[in-house]
Amino acid sequence: MATNEIDAVTGTPTTGHEWDGIKELNTPLPRWWLWTFYACIVWSVAYWIVYPAWPLVSSYTTGLFGYSSRANVAADIAALQALRGAKSIALGKTELVDIEKDPALLAFARAQGRAAFGDNCAPCHGSGAAGSKGYPNLNDDDWLWGGTLDAVYQTIQYGARSGHAKARENQMPAFGKDGTLKKDEIVQVASYVRSLSGLTVPQGVNLEAGKKLFADNCAVCHGDDAKGNQELGAPNLTDRIWLYGGDQDSVIDTIANARSGVMPAWTDRLDPVTIKALAVYVHTLGGGR
Amino acid sequence: MVPPPMNVSVKPPVAALPEAPLYESAKKNYPQSVHGRFRTVKWVLMAVFLGIYYLLPFVRWDRGPNSPSQAVLVDIPNTRFYFFFIELWPQEVYYFTGLLVIAAMTLFLMNAVAGRIWCGYACPQTVWTDLFYAVERWIEGDRRERMLKAKAGLDARRVGELALKHGIWLTIAWWTGGAWVLYFADAPTLVKELATFEAPMVAYACIGILTFTTYTLAGHLREQVCIYMCPWPRIQAALTDEWALNVTYRWDRGEPRTSIKKAADLRSLGEKAGDCVDCLQCVAVCPTGVDIRDGSQLGCIQCGLCIDACDTVMAKVGRPFGLIAYDNDVNIERRLAGEAPVYRFIRARTLIYTGIIALVGAVMLYALSTRTLIDINVLHDRNPLFVSLSDGSTRNAYTIRFLNKRSDLRTIELSAAGVPIPTVHVIGEEPASRTIVAVGPDQTREVRVLITVPPAARIDKSNAITFTARDVDSGDTATATDHFFGP
Repeated sequence: MATNEIDAVTGTPTTGHEWDGIKELNTPLPRWWLWTFYACIVWSVAYWIVYPAWPLVSSYTTGLFGYSSRANVAADIAALQALRGAKSIALGKTELVDIEKDPALLAFARAQGRAAFGDNCAPCHGSGAAGSKGYPNLNDDDWLWGGTLDAVYQTIQYGARSGHAKARENQMPAFGKDGTLKKDEIVQVASYVRSLSGLTVPQGVNLEAGKKLFADNCAVCHGDDAKGNQELGAPNLTDRIWLYGGDQDSVIDTIANARSGVMPAWTDRLDPVTIKALAVYVHTLGGGR
Repeated sequence: MVPPPMNVSVKPPVAALPEAPLYESAKKNYPQSVHGRFRTVKWVLMAVFLGIYYLLPFVRWDRGPNSPSQAVLVDIPNTRFYFFFIELWPQEVYYFTGLLVIAAMTLFLMNAVAGRIWCGYACPQTVWTDLFYAVERWIEGDRRERMLKAKAGLDARRVGELALKHGIWLTIAWWTGGAWVLYFADAPTLVKELATFEAPMVAYACIGILTFTTYTLAGHLREQVCIYMCPWPRIQAALTDEWALNVTYRWDRGEPRTSIKKAADLRSLGEKAGDCVDCLQCVAVCPTGVDIRDGSQLGCIQCGLCIDACDTVMAKVGRPFGLIAYDNDVNIERRLAGEAPVYRFIRARTLIYTGIIALVGAVMLYALSTRTLIDINVLHDRNPLFVSLSDGSTRNAYTIRFLNKRSDLRTIELSAAGVPIPTVHVIGEEPASRTIVAVGPDQTREVRVLITVPPAARIDKSNAITFTARDVDSGDTATATDHFFGP
């Protein structure tokens, strides 16, 4: 039976309950604590009203002001785009050649270009644009289609053999496959071409024959001096850079079967400002003319 | 250690063990006003410290048209710290490490020489609490009056006094916060903005926070901060030794405590009477409420006010000064043994602390006097490490950042050495000036740089390369080393 009494030792009232002789002192919560607790409950109700709170069958209570964390993210992204927008507009308006003269715009273009390069170009050209066999190194000074800003810009826009109407287009004949040259003639031409770059050629190959074969078959595109022609996308064969390898077998393979790498056109995939930024980025990698 | 004296008839007083419950609310202190040497020192130091703190932001220092003209300024948006003729950039934050080492060692040295004099004279908590006590005493009266008023109930006059006291406290606290924010922006401009409510929100928030902390710490918590919150008393106790001077009750002279009359009687009979007349003045003036006669203790901040109080009493009763003085237990023992007191300031620890202060100070001074206002940072391209060009030359690309710490535009010429015939090409510059970079006042500029070595040059797989940035006008140079990679 519950009986209220004052505990003799502490002077505190008991709760009036007794369990096997054990009594419980009644030490109620401080009043301020209780009121704080009630205030928190009221506050939490306010939360339900103001913010999205309760799940319904197919939706949820949206709250008074339509708060949504997703909308906050969207607003942040929009703010970032607006921030970039000003610079993007400046980039879009500025002539290609003038971009590199403005340090701030150059830094912006390179940063934009680096990001776009990583997303779009790195799979073939490598993250540092160092290229690999068949994919040109964009850091060096050897350009198939020209290394000026405008040439780079055009190549990125329309690609090479991409199917786009304005694409860089050429086709090296497959001299071996087509039967234009015999096997030993191909060896002679290959040896002659390699000798132009100062590479050692196999003993006993008739270089004079190779030179004549070159003049008859190759000089049309690559030039009499074999220095290539960027108008036609014909590589310079006298330098130290070999896109498909400069050893005897590779050169023979190239002459016999031809090469025709493909680069996509980006004009339909990327916006003009990004392509501009890419052109500046590639041009400033080091190889730009 | 001095051997214990042989024929000692007096014993040091033993502090009574506290019998109070483990948890009790703090007893409020009502320190009495006091006059004397140490009080004067404290007033002067308070005026100096508060004067520096409140007025320093308004001191001007001309640094030219492109830099702020505030002598001491922490410019957070532009990440610069200005101190009179010194301007520090974020990467020079190690100077603050040096300052902190010197500060810690100075604190230790003070402690080795004279105990917690930092606490007693220079600690902001002490200075502001002292100021708040002065306000309280000025409005409510001295110790006895304040104790009586605290016991008596509230009447209109009392309410007025309290309102005035807290009003002045809050005003001082507000000024404290106000002066703080002035160190972070141009002071006169910010004062104007604050007055017209155009200042940034963070300024008001900082003032609010510091007003609150100053009012709470100096007005209400007071000695509780020193006794319970501050770590220094604990560290200090571990760092001290027997030679350090502390505010000491010379119990060899003071015990046994007797009344003036009884002491005179005893002395006329040729018996020993202590000089302490148990007037409790030392306790009454103590800002932390300790009884110094219980010996060195955690609550004592070494402010020396009890020395002033005791000397005043000694003058009245015609006994010599210095019953309480900066002294140590060694000398008490020596005097009891009939020996002359000794004071040792040159000890291993004071020498070591002084040595460290001198060493760190010298290193900092050297670094500061030889630091250049131009700098260069180099980062080699990671991919590709090198590029072979069509004519067989080898090229490496670098990202180079130039730092111009001067307040006017610099024209910097970049050169490279360490590999044969290097050609320097700064991307974005015209062919005629491919090695020249203009860097704006008090700014940095990052550029991409290509270094090309001709085909005939014989280079290793990895070669050390040194970049030199030279100010074309002044001739100042800065260098950085990196690598040049070859096939």
